[in-house]
Amino acid sequence: MKVKRILATKSGSVITIRPEQPIRDAVALLGTHNIGALVVVAPGSDRPVGIISERDIIRRAAENEGVFSESVKDIMTRELITGMPQDDLISVMHTMTERRFRHLPVVDEGRLIGIISIGDVLKAQRDEYRGEIDTLETQILADEV
Amino acid sequence: MVQLGTEERPLRVAIVGAGPTGFYTAEQLFKQRQLVVEVDMYERLPTPYGLVRYGVAPDHQKIKSVTAVFDRTARRPNFRFYGNVELGRDISIEDLRRHYHQIVYTTGAQTDRSLGIPGEELRGSHAATEFVAWYNGHPDFRHCQFDLSGERAAVIGVGNVAVDVCRILCRTPEELAKTDIADYALEALRDSKIKEVTMIGRRGPAQAAFTTPEVKELGELDDASVYTPPDEAQLDPLSEEALAESGDRATTRKVEIIQGYTEADSNKARKLILRFMVSPVCFLGDEDGSVGALKLVKNELYRTDAGSLRPRATGEHETLPVDIVFRSIGYTGVPLPGVPFKDSWGVIQNEAGRVIDIQSGEPVCGEYTAGWIKRGATGVIGTNKPDAAETVEAMVEDVAKGRVLEPSHPHVSAARELVASRQPVYFTYEDWLKLDEIEVERGKAEGRPRVKFCTVDEMLNALGKS
Repeated sequence: MKVKRILATKSGSVITIRPEQPIRDAVALLGTHNIGALVVVAPGSDRPVGIISERDIIRRAAENEGVFSESVKDIMTRELITGMPQDDLISVMHTMTERRFRHLPVVDEGRLIGIISIGDVLKAQRDEYRGEIDTLETQILADEV
Repeated sequence: MVQLGTEERPLRVAIVGAGPTGFYTAEQLFKQRQLVVEVDMYERLPTPYGLVRYGVAPDHQKIKSVTAVFDRTARRPNFRFYGNVELGRDISIEDLRRHYHQIVYTTGAQTDRSLGIPGEELRGSHAATEFVAWYNGHPDFRHCQFDLSGERAAVIGVGNVAVDVCRILCRTPEELAKTDIADYALEALRDSKIKEVTMIGRRGPAQAAFTTPEVKELGELDDASVYTPPDEAQLDPLSEEALAESGDRATTRKVEIIQGYTEADSNKARKLILRFMVSPVCFLGDEDGSVGALKLVKNELYRTDAGSLRPRATGEHETLPVDIVFRSIGYTGVPLPGVPFKDSWGVIQNEAGRVIDIQSGEPVCGEYTAGWIKRGATGVIGTNKPDAAETVEAMVEDVAKGRVLEPSHPHVSAARELVASRQPVYFTYEDWLKLDEIEVERGKAEGRPRVKFCTVDEMLNALGKS
């Protein structure tokens, strides 16, 4: 199973934010779209330069109550790990677990085409296992007839 | 007006495509408790079950036993089957909008993905999906010709379909004669001169998509040996490390089985060679314009940012002489007229099963999708069940919100009249049961699960419908 299997049933648009926007905007976008992270793109392009998650904002808020006025670029994670549509989901899941990140922007030929969350990966993996169990059960039950 | 989804006013749903996902979708619709639902299932072939009948290999009858589950759904009082009725040919989406509150496209993935390398179109280079449909007696592929007079075949790809093709090419006529393989395919394979079949994978044994039982079965063929070059069976350091980290037992077992194939057994008539870490670069033609060889490049693996192992060509090449090639790098969907389609991935544009308009990015009212045409060709038959459940969840949610079509003729009888006026020789589920009985009966005499009818005309004649 590949990353593109998840993207196939998701919206094609990725919610992004620019580095100089205030955290206030980021929080509003996270809330409106009910998501956990935003890809930060360079102004006037869709080249990802970082990612900012709800967790990043909460951590900062613990240190600074004025977090809402800070810029995205001050808080975002710059060492961005991106995926490709043809990445194997099982490896991606392993990497996300080991390196403790929960959102993976997906890039194809230099273009940002989507983002997948650890929840998406778990759901896809769960459905894969459910399907396999169902198929095996059906075959075993057929034998008993 | 009476509320939608009640005995007085049932939710009317059209499902387009009678493969496993069509049936799982119907099953999920009947199982949910909120709504009373009537399902009409449309299928362009007279017969139901899609790839279970025309994709699953004839020597894998046990996998086909899932049809018993679909049969239970089909016997529900609120279910109707309209076979031999094609969307775009006999009926249009507009017709469906006039008769149903919701439409679900479950048309699957019908064609092969192309390799995109030179010479792919040479004579003797075939899509594995066509070969599979042909030996399974799919009416659309009855005319296909496969020249099995040469000695060397290659199958590009290492998925379960590639394994099926290799196995069918390596089986003895006696082994095949016990199956429900199409009669003409049995005859053609009886005369096959193929001695050597090479399966080609671009990554290593640990990344091969085929499942463990599939690859184990290759070692149990009556008169064909299986062999993997020892250096290609060996895991590269990156795969070794990834496998150790993940502790994935199924993959470990699969690798062990492949590594058990490194000694050649020459006492058998045919030889199946599993190659890894090589990609075809181009097809080389003979003087007569048919495939003569494949130019292969040796690959190495590298780790992507996200941690998966991808192949990269080294400069090392080799030439593999072949007489016939089957390309098996995956199925892809075919667009339906008037339905938003994501060409690059071969799926209907959708969000969790709701069809999405490409321009506006908004859901198309009353239209849904499930299965391979929704998420791409991946997983086993049963994987389509949770997939269909997700789509049905969206459908039920939309009914609650009143986001449904407003058909002018939402009645069983109106739909039946529409079908009868456009395609007088449509097949009902009862027709299929009769056809099924005749096929099984024909098989009994020969000790086979069934003898299939392989053209629509034969099917019509058998039921006296022509």
